Amino acid sequence: MLRDITLGQYYQTDSVIHRLDPRVKLMTTIVFIISLFMVKNFIGYIVAALFLIGIIKLSHVPFQFIIKGMKSILLLLIITVGFNLFLTPGEAIVSVWKLTITREGVKIAASMAVRLSFLIIGSSIMTLTTTPNNLTDGMERLLNPLKRIKVPVHEVSMMMSIALRFIPILLEETDKIMKAQIARGADFESGNLIKKAKSLVPLLVPLFISAFRRANDLAMAMEARCYRGGENRTKMKPLKYYKRDFIAYGFTGFYLVFVIAIGRVFFIL
Amino acid sequence: MGIIKAGKLAFEYIRRDDEGNVEGITRAIDDVDLDIQQGDFIAILGHNGSGKSTLAKHMNAILYPTEGTVWVDGKDTKEEKYLWDIRQNAGMVFQNPDNQIIGQVVEEDVGFGPENMGIPTKEIWERVEESLKAVGMYEFRKHSPNKLSGGQKQRVSIAGVIAMHPKCIILDEPTAMLDPNGRKEVIRAARALNQVEGVTVVLITHYMEEAIYANQIIVMDKGRIEMQGTPKEVFSRVEELKRLRLDVPQVTLLAYELKKAGLPLPDGIITAQELVDALKKQK
Repeated sequence: MLRDITLGQYYQTDSVIHRLDPRVKLMTTIVFIISLFMVKNFIGYIVAALFLIGIIKLSHVPFQFIIKGMKSILLLLIITVGFNLFLTPGEAIVSVWKLTITREGVKIAASMAVRLSFLIIGSSIMTLTTTPNNLTDGMERLLNPLKRIKVPVHEVSMMMSIALRFIPILLEETDKIMKAQIARGADFESGNLIKKAKSLVPLLVPLFISAFRRANDLAMAMEARCYRGGENRTKMKPLKYYKRDFIAYGFTGFYLVFVIAIGRVFFIL
Repeated sequence: MGIIKAGKLAFEYIRRDDEGNVEGITRAIDDVDLDIQQGDFIAILGHNGSGKSTLAKHMNAILYPTEGTVWVDGKDTKEEKYLWDIRQNAGMVFQNPDNQIIGQVVEEDVGFGPENMGIPTKEIWERVEESLKAVGMYEFRKHSPNKLSGGQKQRVSIAGVIAMHPKCIILDEPTAMLDPNGRKEVIRAARALNQVEGVTVVLITHYMEEAIYANQIIVMDKGRIEMQGTPKEVFSRVEELKRLRLDVPQVTLLAYELKKAGLPLPDGIITAQELVDALKKQK
């Protein structure tokens, strides 16, 4: 179940996008998401789509792979579209029973659907082309200025990378506990939702206990290896900007200006 | 003075009930004196609850003595200013391989210790390469630790410690969760370190077969040192070991039983070859 989510899964291949500095990719993703919410007309979405397609082509990640990640948000997408379609007041087009589809509703629903799917595709491109470790490194460096106001940036990124490392281990452990409980007659399959949720208790309690024990062991192992927070720590793989990163920044800036300009121009028209 | 020295060391675990009142005190280590020399290979034996792991944690300043003193490389572990020196000089490998690997790629995990010490990037890479080669895991440097076997994971853990250039490595039951092949890999790596690099190794184990490679064995029971000596000396005292609920290596046991049955064999046979030679002399 958890293994199917593409979001946060790295696709191993070699491409320009893969080689970019994680900071560039993070910033570009943020800019892209912001641009999606600034776009107010059809042409703007076309520009965003072209930008996205261009990046997908450059990244060498197969398109089906990205679409697979979309499945996990399909339900969310349908609900959002449905609500917007039926609950927006305005000029009615079709009316069935108590549900009315309005012109404004169609417009908002369509733009919502496009925005959401672009947002997910855009951020999965980032996670598909960046190793989780690189990503946390990039985040740590980008948020570094926040250290001045006592935000524990290093600690948070360390926690994130440890969490990522332990996901497969805890999944395996869940599987083991599940099998052990099934062997003793536990039933995780039948019954209604409440019964199913209750049957998870004998799974979650041992899982949590073991997670705490692991955390304790890991903390000791880290201290034994001289870990003392982010101070005076050097990096084995420090982040360094290359020429391609500046070019990518340039492209992103150009894209942002372009999207804003298009919004303005067509607004005037 | 040796690399690790303990004088009149005692450690008490205090058990408390829910309100925080003292329920009882367990003396996990009681009056232990130790002197480990640079370059030694020491095995510490004892059954569960004998205090051997607690003793190991004192050598890395994870636990502090209740009474007495521990010196690592001449530095008192109780002094806070030496804490990081001590942890760098006395590296520690723990039992569960999954719970001590921090990196998501083998080489990143090995680099974790040097990163913490503030070593320049270029030197970190040199150290990572050299330590992975020392344990024979260099070709796995780009792998995810989750895909390695238990023995390989423990070797990565050992490499992670060596990369800090310690004078001494303490292995706290590193083979307890491994299969026989994994156990052999880990012990081979530890012996190579000791013989080639001259690193002091303190191996805590309850597998007697691993202890025969040590040049000194310490047997613990109820927090005290019960026996101390070379493997030959210790394993010739079969009766005593049995009383402490410890096994002896199979070969030693066989020789002991043969001797009891009337064959005039020498004491302290610990390898199959020795037994074969001794039996040949019988004719």
